[in-house]
Amino acid sequence: METKPAQPYMNPYVAGVGLGLVLLASFVVMGRGIGASGAFASTITAGVDAVAPGHVAANAAYAEYLKEGTTPFKDWLVFEVLGVFVGGWLSGMFAHRVTRTVEKGPRISVRNRLIFALIGGVLMGVGAKLARGCTSGQALTGGALLNAGSWAFMIMVFVGAYGLAYLMRRQWT
Amino acid sequence: MMAPFFKYGMFGENLSLVVAFLVGIGFGFFLERAGFNSARKLAAQFYFTDLTVFKVMFTAIVTAMLGVYWLSALGVMDLSLVYLTPTFLVPQIIGGLVLGFGFVIGGYCPGTACVGVATGRVDAMVLLVGLFAGIIGFNEAYPLIAGFYNSTGYGQLTLPQVTGLPYGLLVFAVVLMALGGFAGAEWMEKRMAARKAEA
Repeated sequence: METKPAQPYMNPYVAGVGLGLVLLASFVVMGRGIGASGAFASTITAGVDAVAPGHVAANAAYAEYLKEGTTPFKDWLVFEVLGVFVGGWLSGMFAHRVTRTVEKGPRISVRNRLIFALIGGVLMGVGAKLARGCTSGQALTGGALLNAGSWAFMIMVFVGAYGLAYLMRRQWT
Repeated sequence: MMAPFFKYGMFGENLSLVVAFLVGIGFGFFLERAGFNSARKLAAQFYFTDLTVFKVMFTAIVTAMLGVYWLSALGVMDLSLVYLTPTFLVPQIIGGLVLGFGFVIGGYCPGTACVGVATGRVDAMVLLVGLFAGIIGFNEAYPLIAGFYNSTGYGQLTLPQVTGLPYGLLVFAVVLMALGGFAGAEWMEKRMAARKAEA
């Protein structure tokens, strides 16, 4: 198969309007915004519930994702995140941007980059749980609804990331 | 009033999952279009060299915010039926800070990591493994931190309620802030590019 060069990304303002209209459609059709981290929490509850249901029932952090009479997988956010994978893949395919690679700056090894990705993921999980949502469910959705807690969250995401950026510069620049 | 459609019973639970999948496709599509499958592009936001994250995020927020405002003002949508995550101020401030650390260390947030995985980014796959571990760790520690997690709760709280200012005025202020931010972002990118060219 002939590999075509990756196309440039979309104008950020155009992509932003597109994203905003998807979010608005979700508000209008469903009465709720978009999310991401919640789908992973549901998946974890489903997994842990399969091996240790007593452990799940005794802990509200797991149990809040249980569903009456069905699996935690049958959840709005789980189906939405499945769509995110498909939509991202479609867009990437159309633009020849699907490539097996590791994203990093020139000054860091692949191994160290993957270690940082793992650490970052752990912090993401803890932060998103503490905040009751991530960049999707809190910053975008709550931001558009002028949700007070979401704006506090969003400002702190930027404070945290900019605050640590200097220490992380060898990974990216 | 006719929206939100689901809340007015226009379709049921099973069809709502189809809607979820379609919304997700749109969400993932535009995240990838914007370049958010690339941790390098996302992280560049924090070094002022590429402010796409800010531009896309605030264009999306302004677009959806204006849509919600006008549909509600015109009586098409009942805003009280749109789900609002309750505010727990201090946990959300600390959670935001921790997620911000995770963003610049890991390079993706949970949604953009999904798009990264979909386009073959190995670092995004590793980040999702970490995300699972982080959520499990939180859940296991939950009995110890439940008090903090449920502290400073204000229920459903909006900025108009906090400030006492009219909803429309705050919408207008956010639009102005975003436009000012976009102008600043364009200026900053040019300045950083010029500095790089000099070096």
